[in-house]
Amino acid sequence: MSAHALTNRESLLAARIREETGVKVAECYQCGKCTAGCPMARWMDISPNQIMRNLQTGDEADENRLLSCQALWHCAGCLTCTQRCPKGLDPAAVMDVLREAARRRGTVPASARKVLAFHEAFLKTVEDFGRMNEWPLVARYKLATGDLFADVLLAPEMLLKGKLPIVPHAIRGREEVRRIFRESRKKEKR
Amino acid sequence: MRRFPKYVNAGRALMARIGVFICHCGENIGRTVDCPAAAAEAAKLPGVVLSLDYKYMCSDPGQQMINKAIAEKLLTGAVVAACSPRMHERTFRSAAAQAGLNPYLLEMANVREHCSWVHSERAAATAKANDLIRVMVEKVRRNKALFPIRVPVEPTALVVGGGIAGIQAALDIAAGGGKVVLVERSPSIGGHMARLSETFPTLDCSQCILTPRMVEAASHPDIRLMTYSEVEAVEGFVGSFEVTVRRKARYVDPEKCTGCGDCFNKCPLKKIPSEFDAGLGSRRAIYVPFPQAVPNKPVIDAANCTMLTKGKCGLCAKVCARGAIDYKDQDRLEKVKAGAVVLAAGFELWDHSAYGEYGGGRLKDVIDGFAFERLASASGPTGGEIRRPSDGSEPKTVVFIQCCGSRDDKKGKGYCSKICCMYTAKHAMLYRHKVHDGRAVVFYMDVRAAGKGYEEFVRRAIEADGAEYVRGRVSRVYRRRDGKLVVKGADTLVGRPMTVEADLVVLADAMVPRRGAEKLAQLFGVGCDTDGFYSEAHPKLRPVETAAAGVFLAGACQAPKDIPDSVAQASAAAAKALGLFAKPELEREPVIARVNKNLCVHCRACINACPYGAAKDFEIKDRAGKLLRVVAEVNEGLCQGCGTCAAVCRSNSVDLDGFSDEQVCAQIAALE
Repeated sequence: MSAHALTNRESLLAARIREETGVKVAECYQCGKCTAGCPMARWMDISPNQIMRNLQTGDEADENRLLSCQALWHCAGCLTCTQRCPKGLDPAAVMDVLREAARRRGTVPASARKVLAFHEAFLKTVEDFGRMNEWPLVARYKLATGDLFADVLLAPEMLLKGKLPIVPHAIRGREEVRRIFRESRKKEKR
Repeated sequence: MRRFPKYVNAGRALMARIGVFICHCGENIGRTVDCPAAAAEAAKLPGVVLSLDYKYMCSDPGQQMINKAIAEKLLTGAVVAACSPRMHERTFRSAAAQAGLNPYLLEMANVREHCSWVHSERAAATAKANDLIRVMVEKVRRNKALFPIRVPVEPTALVVGGGIAGIQAALDIAAGGGKVVLVERSPSIGGHMARLSETFPTLDCSQCILTPRMVEAASHPDIRLMTYSEVEAVEGFVGSFEVTVRRKARYVDPEKCTGCGDCFNKCPLKKIPSEFDAGLGSRRAIYVPFPQAVPNKPVIDAANCTMLTKGKCGLCAKVCARGAIDYKDQDRLEKVKAGAVVLAAGFELWDHSAYGEYGGGRLKDVIDGFAFERLASASGPTGGEIRRPSDGSEPKTVVFIQCCGSRDDKKGKGYCSKICCMYTAKHAMLYRHKVHDGRAVVFYMDVRAAGKGYEEFVRRAIEADGAEYVRGRVSRVYRRRDGKLVVKGADTLVGRPMTVEADLVVLADAMVPRRGAEKLAQLFGVGCDTDGFYSEAHPKLRPVETAAAGVFLAGACQAPKDIPDSVAQASAAAAKALGLFAKPELEREPVIARVNKNLCVHCRACINACPYGAAKDFEIKDRAGKLLRVVAEVNEGLCQGCGTCAAVCRSNSVDLDGFSDEQVCAQIAALE
């Protein structure tokens, strides 16, 4: 019994998930509660419990299928799955690791490019201002996708309700947040 | 049993004073049947002197109504129109007995299950209730007082089967003050449990926990072991069975033998596959099945010994310093008296040769669970090392296939064998403990691990010991030219077929009753279900009793069971046997058949028809002992009151107490 390698079939990806999130995928007993509670599951091509199962098999083809699937990008990160998992696992964190791996390997499907663009626009905004800001986020996202007019009719109402402040806010420790981004990038390159 | 006042017996049809008590059963009957109207109607019936209705007749006040009526109205009979007699006949009859009325003069008319529950139209249901009550009044007018039959009890239990269930039952009965005769077919007690390596869910060594029990059973002054013996015939009935046991020829005198082992060390026939080792090891023609056998005395296998088949050899007799070998030994029949019987005939594994797709039993490296137990056992043929039977190499990938023959109506058995999920998890665990770089792949349909510590055990196999569980049934196993076994399965959770190249495949074969179990059941009048497992008297409320009075069940002969369940049931059976022994005499229901010896023409129809062997020849002799006539007679102790004899009797000379022709005909006539 070693606490490290659960089975001699544990894949590198499963090992990485264990190291980064503490989730041992072998512990999943496929009850399906994650899928049952997931608000996005009905649009997913591989349901959350199947994502966990595909990580248990240690089969490379299963992993490749996972890393190029759309489900990863449908995940809204609401953490309902993690909240409800009877084994105390964290499928949402597993999703994060898988999304990172997919991005790194360049296997993000074309249909998910907008989602990726949104993620990147969001992070860039945080890097610049140390927090979320609507105008910069919207501008970056629209430039990245080229879709300039989507949801544009929402803008007047949001303006009226004060949800779109004209001058972006910034936080005091902006420089420190930027440093976090820099360090993270360095770590990733290593 | 209390004495009843004389007047209750004097009243027959003409002088009857009958009370009718109609129960509303809350709303159950009252909603559909107009109970007050039915009571008024019943009051008009001939012989009825009192008719009442009440909300809950089974309640204390309800019973007191009956009590009071019997005392005040001097009732000679009573009809309670309420639920099924299976529910409350006992309640009302004991209420009647308390008031001094013979309990068999009270009958129940079932106006709930047979009327209110199955009808909705009130007027019609009430009319039917009236009919049911009238019919029962006609019967009660003709009822006779009956008295329980008393039979003496022999405080000895016969336990058939020397596995863990039989051993446990024997020990418990002996501990409770009973005597036990333990009959075992093979040369040693211990059964299948002696063959196991380790036991779930605690992984204690099977032999270490079993052998003390075996020794205790053998040395207990009140337990008599009859190994290498089989039940041949059964006579008698609860309290006094007389069982004929065939004591098979051992060819070794156990009195003289010291168990030194010279004989089986010298026996030249070395290649006989050992039954104990599931054929993976070998034994001699004179042998003890395993080193801890109880009794530790060898037997000669007459089918293989050349001295017995061809008259050549005789080496064992030459080396035996005690002169214990006797080639002329013969089977002996011995009679045993017993008051109760515990059947613990056990199980065996389903023969997987019916599964051609898994190699049909021809592939050497496709083995069953017992073979794996022997491989994993320190006392086994490999000394506890997992080795392939074909070439002795260490298997690096082992595939375990669950539900082999179970949950398969077409080729195997429809039922779940219950224990395979657990022993497969154990096998996978043991394998991973012994072969650290090996893969254990388990194909399962569902994991059914209901038991204390069981689910945790299976999760441990998966999470801590790295067994790879794949949900799906294997479709095919075949041997590739290089010796690898190719297992074609599916991972239904991923939704794709998968192939595993294995070195060893272990099939979790279904549990089935022992060969010959059905014959044993017939000897004791015990029923079998469609799969051959012994039928209990009631699946929930009488799980250790059988339809045959005084015959109890223990262990896997009743249904697939693991060790804890078998032991628990064995103790329950022991409690039942000890309950019988607690009184010197038994009281039995007096509803039995009687033969009118004046009318009987001795056609023997009843004797042939009786399922309990209760109908027998009876010789009528004069005072000088001269035989006058032979007629049929019913043994009170054996008769279960089924009425088959009364139905087949051509001369109308058999009647059933409590259900006489007169009564039944009057009931039918009352419906016209």
